[in-house]
Amino acid sequence: MEPGSPPLYPQSRGAASALPPQTRASHGLEQFFSSIQDQENLSILDFAGASQANISFITALGHRIYSNDIVRTLEESFGNDGDFVANQSDPQRAAAFLRESLDFPENSFDGALVWDTLQFLAPPLLQDTVDRLFHILRPQSYLLAFFHAEEKADTIPLYSYRIVEPKVLSLTPRGQRKAAQYFNNRSLEKLFQKFNSVKFFLTRDHLREVIVRR
Amino acid sequence: MWNKRKEEEYPPKSGPAPAAPANQTKENPPMSTAPAASHHVSDSRGPAVIGKSVMIKGQIFSREDLTIDGEVEGSVELHEHRLTVGPHGKLQAGVKAREIVVLGSVHGNVEASDKIDIRKDARLVGDIKTARIVIEDGAYFKGSIDIARPETTKPAAAPAPKPVVSTSSPANAAAVSAPAGDLNR
Repeated sequence: MEPGSPPLYPQSRGAASALPPQTRASHGLEQFFSSIQDQENLSILDFAGASQANISFITALGHRIYSNDIVRTLEESFGNDGDFVANQSDPQRAAAFLRESLDFPENSFDGALVWDTLQFLAPPLLQDTVDRLFHILRPQSYLLAFFHAEEKADTIPLYSYRIVEPKVLSLTPRGQRKAAQYFNNRSLEKLFQKFNSVKFFLTRDHLREVIVRR
Repeated sequence: MWNKRKEEEYPPKSGPAPAAPANQTKENPPMSTAPAASHHVSDSRGPAVIGKSVMIKGQIFSREDLTIDGEVEGSVELHEHRLTVGPHGKLQAGVKAREIVVLGSVHGNVEASDKIDIRKDARLVGDIKTARIVIEDGAYFKGSIDIARPETTKPAAAPAPKPVVSTSSPANAAAVSAPAGDLNR
């Protein structure tokens, strides 16, 4: 965390929680669920943290959900002291974060809902995280991630993502945060170069939805 | 369980009933007073409670509802009953029960044949297997959720089984759940 800046999660939650949730259509989410339709007993990784909406939606489709609030884990791993981004370069802390968040056997999951969490990871840890996601996802499975598309924005909004319908999301604001880096299509293709394919949906609200096929 | 054990170890004596109060009338015969008093105590005390100053290491089996507000390391099994982990409760344990309500902290795999209810400010790290789950906003959960499907009794005539998971919104979750005041019963 930058010195003097608010923590990623706890302090931002109070002010932001007063703001009402907003709903938005998501083509990425629609594509994610269309990729797993007519299948059951899949394992879906959800980085949004436990919510009744996501748990009910995914388990009602007959799947298992693995829930983890990765933003909170980030805050606990790197946000307690010093610089949030610089702390991510500490090999011991980075290893602890990966162990805490993504310590699963190979091919454990049939899909991953990563939401906007990758934006807050600094480059070395970001690539390690993506590599780990590649490792734990089964071939042909999909990963959904969001990246803010406004290059000049000082800070970007942080949300809790709740699934309303297969192509509708409810976003509850969790405050603002400076992204670790800006991503364009090219940098995203490079980030996910191990994966089979990368598809982008650029939305009106400066959010780049990315659906990645393992 | 803990409360009850005392009663089991020291059952009410079957000897003569205690002396009737001076104002005892014939409409209220003395014979009925002792058992009735004992039964009344048993009903009014509510579920067994492990208090917040108690720490247990080992296995807990219970044949009645149990509230844990202390610390437990090991395993907890109440197959046909309800387990409540109170706000001060800290479990490092595998848990099996019919219904599980978490207000405190649980670290371990959890299995409920009926329902798991994770309240606001609760913390659960472990894998869940249950028929239904209610999780309030503000609860922390890390782990997998596996919804056990009910077995269909009439496969030929029955309609397609519907998912049994609760579809209540977070706002409704509290309404679905039993009030926290249950703990104080």
